[in-house]
Amino acid sequence: MPQPLNYLKETASQTAGPYVHIGLIPAMAGFDIFEKNFSNVLVTPNTQGERITLEGKVLDGSGTPLRDVLLEIWQANAAGRYSHPADRLAGAVDEEFRGWGRAGSDFDSGLVTFETIKPGAIVDKTGRKCAPHVNIWIVARGINIGLNTRLYFSDEEAANAADPVLNLVEPPLRRKTLIATRSERAGKVVYSFTINLQGSDETVFFDV
Amino acid sequence: MNVQAPALQDPRLNRPEPFTPRDEGFFQRDRSIHPPAHAPGYKSSVLRSPRQPLLSLENSASEITGPVFGHNDLGPLDNDLIRNYAKDGDPVGERIIVHGRVLDETGRGVPNTLVEFWQANAGGRYRHKKDTYLAPIDPNFGGCGRALTDDTGYYYFRTVKPGPYPWRNYVNSWRPAHIHFSVFGSGFAQRLITQMYFEGDPLIPVCPILTTIPDKDALDRLVAPLDLNASTPFDSLAYRFDIVLRGQRSTYFENRTAGN
Repeated sequence: MPQPLNYLKETASQTAGPYVHIGLIPAMAGFDIFEKNFSNVLVTPNTQGERITLEGKVLDGSGTPLRDVLLEIWQANAAGRYSHPADRLAGAVDEEFRGWGRAGSDFDSGLVTFETIKPGAIVDKTGRKCAPHVNIWIVARGINIGLNTRLYFSDEEAANAADPVLNLVEPPLRRKTLIATRSERAGKVVYSFTINLQGSDETVFFDV
Repeated sequence: MNVQAPALQDPRLNRPEPFTPRDEGFFQRDRSIHPPAHAPGYKSSVLRSPRQPLLSLENSASEITGPVFGHNDLGPLDNDLIRNYAKDGDPVGERIIVHGRVLDETGRGVPNTLVEFWQANAGGRYRHKKDTYLAPIDPNFGGCGRALTDDTGYYYFRTVKPGPYPWRNYVNSWRPAHIHFSVFGSGFAQRLITQMYFEGDPLIPVCPILTTIPDKDALDRLVAPLDLNASTPFDSLAYRFDIVLRGQRSTYFENRTAGN
């Protein structure tokens, strides 16, 4: 018998439950406790890049918006650099941009919003250019393990067509589930998205 | 307001660096030890579970990187749930210490990572505007906190033991006492939310959420044992809860870039 490998096993996931707000965004649970809170605003006045709003909903299998869902986003800065030491391929770190935010959906409408900047393109390890994208992680009551997906941008058609990840999605018709639609509202750039957990337009989720 | 992106050009763009093991990212996730998305015994999962297969991706910079937190993000009382919401006295309930290490699958501690936790009070009621259970709100208990692991991956906090509570799944479904944990790790692909349960709780084998986990050993690893050695005499009992995140091919330390 060969030597045992003795790797540990990852701790099993459990649902974040309906009261995820208490721990992660307590103001939404109805009380103020931490001196410093995390939020859905990723930018400071000095962050470099084009200001954008991401606005969307997560729909269940009946088409109903989840009103207790929590989303986190993780993205590169305007130059295509993640604010993390393991990112070595891209541009300069922007000290005014951590690249991470979290938001709960509105308890009435289910709307989720983030105030951020449009990320730059990153390069994968083989040197291929990836289309600008935002990584999303979704937890809620009834979601047993957090769901990973991405948002791409509707005004990046050429980059999206060449993106190595989007091109893995089969059938190609499903690629549109990852693309947020650009519009302008009162002078602000808004990208709208819908995440479908089930159904004919089910969003592509990733095993990363 | 449109602010144009200025040129943050890095001369290394499009010039791949030499291979190092950490370019390979994280171990593949073993999904057999996690609950399946669709677990009909836990009714809320029925309409909220994707039915298409997940698209498997090789790790890229989007997955091996993740948000970095520091002590500036935390307040001094964030890991003391007995004090961090106290108004006119201590919270009601059994005083406990919860402690352990955040490790990866190779057994290495995950340093400087953010651990967040939240829970019901000793009566089984959450301080949440949507919780309508008839147990009382405790005026001195918020029910949430957070900590950064030290350089060995160790974390600890002080709280009161949460109570079990009923929920609308079956008519007579009850949650065992539990504490929710959210952990980041060093890359976004390590992100995990789980729940810690207490040794000896008779509700554990009948909980529809816990029993979504198909692997008995994986379920047992969510149950924290009483740790008398870590208790404080005449003050608090202690429970030990180690959390294992996905394995990394290599651990990156900013101050020691060679040898990874």
